[in-house]
Amino acid sequence: MAVTPKIELSGVTKSFDANHVLKGINLTVAPQESLVIIGTSGSGKSVLMKCLNGLITPDQGSIKIDGQEILGQGRAALEDLRRRFGMTFQFGALFDSLPIWENVTFRLRHQQALDKNEARDIATQTITQLGLAASVIEQYPAELSGGMQKRVALARAIVDKPEILLFDEPTSGLDPITGGVIDRLIIDARERLGATTVTISHDMASVRRIADKVAMVHNGVIIWAGPAKEMNESGVPEVHQFVHGLAEGPLTNEKPATSPAKMATS
Amino acid sequence: MHGFVQNIGRTALNFLAAFGRIALFSVTAVRWIFTPPYYWQQLFRQIIDIGYFSLPVVGLTTLFSGMVLALQSYTGFARFSAEDTVATVVVLSVTRELGPVLAGLMVAGRIGASMAAEIGTMRVTDQIDALDTLSTRPMQYLVAPRLLAGTICLPFLVLVGDVIGVFGGYLVGVYRLGFNPSIYLARTLEYLEVSDVTLGLVKAAVFGFLIALMGCYHGYHSGRGAQGVGRATTNAVVSASILILIANYIVTTMFFGG
Ligand SMILES: Nc1ncnc2c1ncn2[C@@H]1O[C@H](COP(=O)(O)OP(=O)(O)O)[C@@H](O)[C@H]1O
Ligand SMILES: [Mg+2]
Repeated sequence: MAVTPKIELSGVTKSFDANHVLKGINLTVAPQESLVIIGTSGSGKSVLMKCLNGLITPDQGSIKIDGQEILGQGRAALEDLRRRFGMTFQFGALFDSLPIWENVTFRLRHQQALDKNEARDIATQTITQLGLAASVIEQYPAELSGGMQKRVALARAIVDKPEILLFDEPTSGLDPITGGVIDRLIIDARERLGATTVTISHDMASVRRIADKVAMVHNGVIIWAGPAKEMNESGVPEVHQFVHGLAEGPLTNEKPATSPAKMATS
Repeated sequence: MHGFVQNIGRTALNFLAAFGRIALFSVTAVRWIFTPPYYWQQLFRQIIDIGYFSLPVVGLTTLFSGMVLALQSYTGFARFSAEDTVATVVVLSVTRELGPVLAGLMVAGRIGASMAAEIGTMRVTDQIDALDTLSTRPMQYLVAPRLLAGTICLPFLVLVGDVIGVFGGYLVGVYRLGFNPSIYLARTLEYLEVSDVTLGLVKAAVFGFLIALMGCYHGYHSGRGAQGVGRATTNAVVSASILILIANYIVTTMFFGG
C-alpha cells in the first residue's frame, strides 16, 4: 500500500484470566477513513477499542499509529499519544459531579490555563453545533436524557479537534431519529476535522450511513473486513447473519467459548 | 490434610500479593501528591467532606464516650477510694486512645464507604478511563487529594473530639458525680502532657491516611456492576477498621515508655 495506515494492528491478543477475549486481531484503518466494528455482544469490541488508546494493554501483538509502535513506550509516550485521540464510551462516562460545560472542556481546562468564561464560551459553541440548547451547559449529566448525554459525550470527544475519534456504540439505546442525528454529527465532525474514526455499532442502518469500511469481530478474531458496500456479499455466514439480523445461523448455534458474559447490555 | 495446607499457603500468598499491590498503590498516589498539577478544587472538596461534615458524628461519639467513661471510672476507682483520679483518667483515655480510635472508626464508616462507592461507580461507568482519555491521571486527580485530605483532616477532627469528650466527662463529673467544677478542671489539666495530645494526633493522621487509602484502593479496583461497587464499599470499611486497630497498637508501642 502506498499510504501508511493511520492505525495498524497485528496479532493483538488479550485475556482476562481464563477468558481469551482477543486472539490475534489484524486490522488496518487508512487516514480519514471511517471504520465500523460490528460483532455480537461480549465479542470484545470495547476491549479492542480500548487497546487503541492504551486504556487496556494487550498481552501480545503490535499497534501502530502513523507507522509508530505504541506498545511498550512508557507512560509519557502514552500520555502524549492520548492527546491525539477523542473517545466516547458505551455508557457515556460523563463526570456526574461536574456541570456540562466542565465536562466538555475538561481536557482544555486542565491542559491550558483556560479561564471559566472562555471555557463556557467554547462549551456553548460546541454543544449548540450539536443541536443542544446553550442553557444545557449549566446542568449536570444526570439531568439530561440519554440522547442529550450522548451528544455531550460527543462534544467532549471532539472539542479539541483530535486526529482520531473512537465511538463506542454512539447510537445504542436511542430512538431512530436521534440515532440518525448522532450519525450525521459523526459524519460532520469527521469531515470538518479530517479525523480518522473507529465506531462500534450494532445498528445496521447506522453502519450503512457512517462506514467506509466494516470489520466483524467474532471469537477473538476479525472474521471479515472490507468496504461497507461489499458487506452484503461477504460470503461469510456469520457476517450474513449479523447484517441481516437473522435468528438462525452460526452465531446463534454457538456455545459461549468461555465463561458466559453476565452483562445486562451489550 | 494436603488440601488444608495448600489452602493456608494460598491464603498467605494472596495476602502478601494484596499487601504488595496496596503498598505500590499508596507509593504511586503519594508521589502524585507532590507532583504538579495540583488539583486544589478536588482537595478543597474532600477537606470539606471529611473534615467539616464528619464533625457531628465525631462530636456525638466522643461526647457520650467521655460521659460514660467518667461514670465507669468513678465506679471502679471508688472501690479503692481513688475517685479523685476520674478527671485524669478521662482526659488521658480520651486524648491518647478513645478520641483517635472512635473518630477513626466512625470516619472509616462514613468516608471510607463513600470514597469506595464514588470511585467504584466511576470505575464501573468508565469515568476513570474517561479521565485517562482526557489526559488526566486518575491517581493524581482522584486518589492523591483524598489521601492528603484524610491525613490532614483526621487530626483536626480528633482535636475537636478530644475537647468534646473531656467536656462530656466534665458534665457527668460535675452534675452527676458532684465534683467541684474548678477542681475537676484543674485535675484535667494537671497530669496532661503535650505528648499525650501529640500521640493522639499522630494516630489520627495515620488513621486518616489508612481510611482514604482503603476507600480509594477498593473503589479503584472495584469489580464490575453494582455488585462490584457494593463489595468494594464493604471491603473498604472492614479493612480500614481492622487496619486502624492494628495501627493503633503499633503507634502506641512506638511512643510507649518514651
Ligand atoms: N476489565 C475487564 N475485566 C475482565 N473482563 C473484561 C473486562 N472488560 C471486558 N471483559 C470481558 O471481555 C469480554 C468482551 O467484553 P466487551 O469488549 O465489553 O464486549 P463487547 O463486544 O460487547 O463490547 C466479555 O466477556 C467481558 O466480560
Ligand atoms: Mg461494548
